[in-house]
Amino acid sequence: MRSDVLIIGAGGAGLVAAINAHESGAKVRVITKEYPTRSQTCMAQGGINAALGNASDDSVEAHVQNTLKSAHGIANEDAVRHLCESAPDAVEWLDSIGVCFSRTKDAKIAQRTLGGASAPRACYAKDYTGLKILHTLYDRCNALGIEMLSERYLLNLVTHKPTSSDAYIGGATFLNIRSGEVESYEAAAVIVATGGYSRIYDKHSTNSTSSTGDGQAACLRAGARLSDMEFVQFHPTALKGSSILISESARGAGGYLLNSKGERFTNELAPRDEVARAINEEIQKGEGVFLDIRHLGEEFIDRELPQERKLAKLYENIDPVYEIIPIKSVAHYTMGGIEVDKNSQTNIEGLFAVGECANHRVHGANRLGGNSLLELVVFGKQAGVNAAKYAKIFDKTIETKEQVKRDEEFLKRVKEFSNEIGFYEKREFIGDVFYNNVGISRDAKGLKEALDAVYKIQKEMPMMGPKDRSKIYNTNLVEFLEFVNMIELCESVLVCAIERKESRGAHYRSDMLEQNDEKYKAHTIAYEENGTLFTDFAE
Amino acid sequence: MKIKIARYMGKEVTQKEDIEYEVSLSDATLLEVLNEIKTKQDATLSYSSGCRSSICGSCSMRVNGREVLACAYKVKDGDFVEPMKNSPLIRDLVVDMDRAYEFNAKAKAWQSSIKKGVRLSQENQMLNELQSDCILCGSCYSVCPVYAVNDEFLGPFALTRVWKYISDKRESEPQSKIDAIQTNGVWDCTLCNECTLVCPQGISSKTDIEKLRIRSVASGYSDPSFATSFGSFGGASFDGSPSF
Repeated sequence: MRSDVLIIGAGGAGLVAAINAHESGAKVRVITKEYPTRSQTCMAQGGINAALGNASDDSVEAHVQNTLKSAHGIANEDAVRHLCESAPDAVEWLDSIGVCFSRTKDAKIAQRTLGGASAPRACYAKDYTGLKILHTLYDRCNALGIEMLSERYLLNLVTHKPTSSDAYIGGATFLNIRSGEVESYEAAAVIVATGGYSRIYDKHSTNSTSSTGDGQAACLRAGARLSDMEFVQFHPTALKGSSILISESARGAGGYLLNSKGERFTNELAPRDEVARAINEEIQKGEGVFLDIRHLGEEFIDRELPQERKLAKLYENIDPVYEIIPIKSVAHYTMGGIEVDKNSQTNIEGLFAVGECANHRVHGANRLGGNSLLELVVFGKQAGVNAAKYAKIFDKTIETKEQVKRDEEFLKRVKEFSNEIGFYEKREFIGDVFYNNVGISRDAKGLKEALDAVYKIQKEMPMMGPKDRSKIYNTNLVEFLEFVNMIELCESVLVCAIERKESRGAHYRSDMLEQNDEKYKAHTIAYEENGTLFTDFAE
Repeated sequence: MKIKIARYMGKEVTQKEDIEYEVSLSDATLLEVLNEIKTKQDATLSYSSGCRSSICGSCSMRVNGREVLACAYKVKDGDFVEPMKNSPLIRDLVVDMDRAYEFNAKAKAWQSSIKKGVRLSQENQMLNELQSDCILCGSCYSVCPVYAVNDEFLGPFALTRVWKYISDKRESEPQSKIDAIQTNGVWDCTLCNECTLVCPQGISSKTDIEKLRIRSVASGYSDPSFATSFGSFGGASFDGSPSF
């Protein structure tokens, strides 16, 4: 089954890419392991940045400078400029296809302030910004008749490497979750848009349980490069018991952070890495930390932050209108990902990547709130247009049968794993290890311990495996495959974190507090050769 | 605490079985209980989930006959958990939602043309703010009784989506949308209001369908069942022969 452009992942990035590839004349197919409206994008609450100046004076230059500052020296300025300059058009486009943005009294798109921003710049739709954008994109895809296939789990990318030239892509293989069969989909160009890998922190993450880094792991196996994998953003405010996100807009609107004594201890609107560290330090001191939005009033909370109120009640039995909310900082966004060039293409010809799974070098060491929804519109368009262009002139042969056979054999083997060790326990265990040792504050000893734990799990993998050996809708098998991917990525995160002997943005080393520009103002690169992981630094 | 779950292992095994599980969690959501069962007791239990925060729409199922999101429902002793209705059962608590989703396209639930620079006031925006909160969990689709008699019914969530676009100032061809929802659409609803009662987002598809009916009438359409029962308003006469 062949298409010009195959898009893996149906979140915001995947769907924007699909719309743009389709409008560039390509035959497009989108495949997701869930359904098209169920991805992580729907959880984005705060907003999408664009210097529209609707709420107060703002400029593209200020947006660029805020983004660069937060990135701590390792964002690509050209990429950041492209992102910020394209932002007003990106929001105008979303508005033109029907996204229900909140409005100001004078009929403009409403904007609010998020951390690290010098002006109210985030365009929002209550605290449902991501949801409304994602669903409108899905409706647009329906309007264009774009094929979207659900519940197919990415196994491997199919690459070809003729002796005389560079490797090129030819499609991908999937486990059809419903039938249990391996399927292959051939395509001239493939766009990976599979989201981040925050679930390596297991329960210490705000993310959907689907953010398991399947795309990054498949890219690594296929010979593509990952970069800046050690940079993981911790969101300052998640509910203490459940890691459920409380949007930054709660602080943007004037919410305070308090310790058990009821004292404020930090600038609530500093970039996320700083706020998360301040919270972590209080917790280390034995303090509880709370978000206080009581003074914003019931009417405001119900209008602007309805989800927050609902979730705090459900998970903490706390009504934020009357009570302070117990919080902690947990893994939220992965800055690192699949290395791409200025056309969103990887080092494999015809293989593109976009969204949280990719690294377009716009977030550097710490992403600003409101820039990730923006990124997926701006670079989703770029990836879609370029993949269509590439597919148009593609004249090589594609063959996926061999890979299907290898994957079928692999799945058969996995189902025969001995099951002496439960992988769910190991998943939770490594999540705890990562939260404690590879979290907000890291040091050489803790990182080394974590790496040993990862190696041990890699060795024990054949003693794990799914308990469920049936074919139809085997989620136990899918979760095991996700676990295998996550462990693969855990290694790359750790190796990069160990190599980066400095503190920079979200990568904070308590044993090396200085930012060392001379040695480390560079991107960490991770790649695999013959099954062995290598790392390097690159400009 | 004990709960019972309707198990069905898929086409390979035909029989269904209600299995009871005992868990020691208290004040827990159903999703937390299902995760506890799956990771500690029975890895073969299948269900869908995602965000844990009632926004991705993945974990809709039925408890004691009522549609809920597993992540938003606090479990009580003796609860009986079943999959959603009106969609083919794949396994355990998982149904195939493809056909349900396709009604969005059949109902043409999108903005007809791209329109830049339309200024929406706060009042304009409020008109369909609630409808655009829909998470496509399919609870309304599962509870809808119309599917027992007409499996081509466009259904509550797709019609709410149509209202979302029709009521939007940016939509330049609302008439084409009205035309698309006359057959198997607004007139097939029984206005029973079940969809409203189960919606986790507080949306009332029934109300949206009523609003769509008013717009349809204003566009010259009428209730076909009304037309048929009274014989000769341009539909078919009592004996089924065309009348002019």
